Amino acid sequence: MLSISNLHVSVGEKPILKGLTLDVPAGEVHAIMGPNGAGKSTLGYALSGRPGYEATEGSVEWAGEDLLELDPAERAAKGVFLSFQYPIEIPGVPALTFVRTALNAQRRARGEEEVSAPAFLKLVREASKALKMDFDMLKRPLNVGFSGGEKKRMEILQMALLEPSLLILDETDSGLDIDALRIVSEGVNALRSPERSMLVITHYQRLLDYIKPDRVHVLAGGRIVASGGPELALQLEAEGYDKYLPAAA
Amino acid sequence: MSTAFALDLTDAKTFPSRRDEAWKYSDLKRYLRAAPEPSPTAEVGAPGPFYDLDGEAVVFANGRALGVTDFIASGEQTLRLRYVSDAVGTGHTASARVSARAGARLVLLETHEGSGSAYVAHNRLELDVAAGAEVTRVVLVAEPEDAISIAEAHVKVEAGGVYRQTIIATGARLQRIETRITHYAQGAHVQADGLYLLNGSRHADLTSVVRHVEHDGTTSQLIKGVARDTARGVFQGKIVVERGADGTDARMGHHALIASERAEIDAKPELIIYADDVQCAHGNTVGTLDESALFYMQQRGVPAEEARALLTQAFLIEVIDRIEHEGAREVTREWLTARL
Repeated sequence: MLSISNLHVSVGEKPILKGLTLDVPAGEVHAIMGPNGAGKSTLGYALSGRPGYEATEGSVEWAGEDLLELDPAERAAKGVFLSFQYPIEIPGVPALTFVRTALNAQRRARGEEEVSAPAFLKLVREASKALKMDFDMLKRPLNVGFSGGEKKRMEILQMALLEPSLLILDETDSGLDIDALRIVSEGVNALRSPERSMLVITHYQRLLDYIKPDRVHVLAGGRIVASGGPELALQLEAEGYDKYLPAAA
Repeated sequence: MSTAFALDLTDAKTFPSRRDEAWKYSDLKRYLRAAPEPSPTAEVGAPGPFYDLDGEAVVFANGRALGVTDFIASGEQTLRLRYVSDAVGTGHTASARVSARAGARLVLLETHEGSGSAYVAHNRLELDVAAGAEVTRVVLVAEPEDAISIAEAHVKVEAGGVYRQTIIATGARLQRIETRITHYAQGAHVQADGLYLLNGSRHADLTSVVRHVEHDGTTSQLIKGVARDTARGVFQGKIVVERGADGTDARMGHHALIASERAEIDAKPELIIYADDVQCAHGNTVGTLDESALFYMQQRGVPAEEARALLTQAFLIEVIDRIEHEGAREVTREWLTARL
């Protein structure tokens, strides 16, 4: 279970999260919705340990550990995976090399044996087929020259191979057309399991038609200001975020 | 062509200082005030990084040739040119001459292999590329951090000749690798690449002067570098297009990463053009490792140090990918990877 308690996070000198409290039990999918500037992306970065996102107060507990004490790679080895709104291009590093390096680094950190090259290739072939990805694309430098949809599929492929236990999807629907959205959502849904928690950060309700959340939370002004079932997302879609803005002020 | 080497280790009056414009960033006199004592004889132990690629060998140990100093290539040949230093506080000069006959294809695998400490090595090469000949020269330089080394190569390329070089420098207390290349006749092609990867307080200076004397010559230069800690990288690239060298196409690029606040990169690209009908361009950038890429890699579980090494390798590897000879390219790639 992910347990965030009274989390305050500043970027530079500016406080963005101001006492955020949230529990996500194992096996559940929770959506975080909110207006622009509410601190949604900051939450994703703070949980994954991006430098410059400083937790000034509060705690984040995951799998019995204080996540805030760990560096980003250690958190990844504990199962934390942040799917980026805009995945980074890495010239000169083939996608295959990158994913294998990441997988084996995580396994080493957990005291597990590394995956051999042939075994890894077999895993990748299966996973890329399920996502309808061209295997040759994986020989190219990671995300360089990939379309928006290809980058998101690349993120899902990494999830499928790294098998994280805490998935944070940051605006995964941005830049995707309906077909790509469907394929990406199917990829995410295939990863739903009783051991895996998911935090789906999104501005629009659309993504939640494809990835059905157990709970929906409204993030405004750096705090969770409302929580409910899936119907809350539909209500937000109809009414907008306006009524939450004064509450945050 | 003048093949005079101005530097003479036995005569301190010939040691350049920062007052000499061409040595502004590599002040030899600051580190070497007097002529060093001559180095004693040395044994050559290990077979050198390119041993597995076979071919002929010209070997110097502390400046003394173990066999011939001159080599003439015809047909397809591979030559390993090894400058081995094993000395403490002394100095030595080695001089080799290599020529590729008309139509020859020579792979010249040059290594500067140093052990010991605080020595001064002066390694010289005169290289002639005859009409229609093709020479690929790959140079790996590994020396102790407190050594001083000056390598000078004078290269003359005749009509339609092809000369490609790739220099991999890892620095020393002062390390200057200078190449002077002349397009001596029309239609020659020159590729003058290199990279430097510097740790600690090491210094490396890649200096090149490419002269286009005749028309329709092409020059392509890609230099990349990384300076970490308090290291200092220097690139001085000069391309001169003489009057009448019309149809010249020359491109120069130098791109470097500063990986620490106390590291330094000095770059001085120069294009000097006296001909009218030429295409010349140069690009020069100095930056830092991409922080978002570093975070992205760490987020996927790659520890910070490994992520830095991977990004550094990805940045430098472009230079190695341009080595056309597969065997030389793979040895060089491994040699570099082991030093990341």
